[in-house]
Amino acid sequence: MTTVIQVAGLTKVFPVKNRPPLRAVDGIDFTVQEGEVFGFLGPNGAGKTSTIRMLTGLSRPTAGQAQVLGLDLAADLPRIKKRIGVVPEASNLYDELTAFDNLVFSMQLYGVPRAERKARAEALLQRFRLGEKRDVPFAKLSRGMKRALTIAAALAHRPPLVFLDEPTTGLDVMSARALRQMIAGLRDEGVTVFLTTHYLEEAERLCDRVAIIVKGKIVALDTVAGLRSGAQRQTLVEITLAGADGQTEKRRVACEDGVESAVQQLLREAQGRRVLSIDTLRPSLEDVFVQLTGLSAEVMLAEKGGKGGGNAGG
Amino acid sequence: MLADDLRGMVYIALKDLKAYYFKAPNISWGILFPFAFILAFAIRNPGDLRALVPGLLALTVLFGTSSMEAIVIVFERRIGSLERLFLAPVRLPALLAGKLLGGMAFGLTVTLVVLVISLAVFGAGGTNWLLLVLALLFSATAFSAMGAFVSVAVREVFEAQTLANFIRFPMMFLGGVFVPLDAMPGWLQILARFLPLTYAVEALRAALSGGAGSTAWLDLGALAGFSVVLFWLAVRTLARRME
Repeated sequence: MTTVIQVAGLTKVFPVKNRPPLRAVDGIDFTVQEGEVFGFLGPNGAGKTSTIRMLTGLSRPTAGQAQVLGLDLAADLPRIKKRIGVVPEASNLYDELTAFDNLVFSMQLYGVPRAERKARAEALLQRFRLGEKRDVPFAKLSRGMKRALTIAAALAHRPPLVFLDEPTTGLDVMSARALRQMIAGLRDEGVTVFLTTHYLEEAERLCDRVAIIVKGKIVALDTVAGLRSGAQRQTLVEITLAGADGQTEKRRVACEDGVESAVQQLLREAQGRRVLSIDTLRPSLEDVFVQLTGLSAEVMLAEKGGKGGGNAGG
Repeated sequence: MLADDLRGMVYIALKDLKAYYFKAPNISWGILFPFAFILAFAIRNPGDLRALVPGLLALTVLFGTSSMEAIVIVFERRIGSLERLFLAPVRLPALLAGKLLGGMAFGLTVTLVVLVISLAVFGAGGTNWLLLVLALLFSATAFSAMGAFVSVAVREVFEAQTLANFIRFPMMFLGGVFVPLDAMPGWLQILARFLPLTYAVEALRAALSGGAGSTAWLDLGALAGFSVVLFWLAVRTLARRME
């Protein structure tokens, strides 16, 4: 399998007035293989966007090396830019241009031959269910449509590698689901996807491998199954208790000393309340994330102000 | 790589013209504003109206090129769409040159309208056409570069408008548009030599009076110098801002 991104010791330091410099990205190493969806997870300020900005040429690394599509980031940036697509966190096409004109302009910038532009733009509009919005200015599209068109624009020159920075943030559930289907479709076409997200279920569903970055350092990197099995050393036992007011309460314990001991501990804590169920749980990516970062998914969503995309169904 | 830069430059300019410049309010503002100023001056000081044509053309190029140019970059930076251009395979100087080209194309288009009207009214006799074309082109480049520099030097759209007017309005009164340089006090004449509008008015005046003396070519040289320095400053500032 071909390595599409190879990063070694990549570092980004920002000077901060009257304070020590901020190491936003602190000597990270990783590789991304051709055709995979690579998830980059982390809380706010962990260094996800700083990493993407370096890999896409928007910001210069303070130290370290990176190769993208076999080209050196420092020496071959214009050639790299020609072969990557980038979807930034905010949908940033041109408000005044129509959906069609925005796609055509993207193709013009990347040197797509004139004869192909119209057909490609029409095909992308159909694929992203924007055919009826062809002549509508970007400013007048819904948030989900803007996001879809921004992704379409990033794909217009058919790049083999696409960077997606928080693609479903702020979208309603249906739009987020549709976009996830599109991202899954990219993998089926052989496009390599570098995806940052704070929706853990999204990463779990879409990503072949996941890196978790905290305070500029990668603290875990594996397949989702691998990360889970790493955390399985601490199998969880969950007990569901009946509350006095008809509500239920769930409690979880990691069984470091075996399942039996964990169950006994939970029963002791139940203090005679009615037990509705006891289950052993396979750790989710969220559990792994919580274990590694000390942050809960809820905290991460609250930090991000995200909504809608949380249900990663589909 | 050069082909990518040239292509990017042209399409960025065309996109800007379509998205921002060729809108009815811009076109009418670009033409009416200089006319209104010249008319106000002519009513106050009736005399040889033909002598005001070089100033009218220079003002039209100045406002036509720099008004929107001073806003476009900071506006796109605020809404994030400038980042799209940074991600494209176009190097920064070419990206900025595309922005300049858009401003120049619009400024020269509205100036052409004003020029045709002026020549129809006052006649074209004695015009040095080559010098006229070069004077308009060099003036548009210098003013567009000035607009680009203003746009990258600030963080907000309203700041760009304020800074652009802070530069343009004093320049309008000191650049020899209404009052010939010779009629100004010595210290103001020295100050005027630091303003690109002064050279634009002089070059246009020489072109319309059929002159092609060495001073006209020096004026063009000065305008080229302003263009290079302002463009270089704009590229440097924008590079720093984006990091």
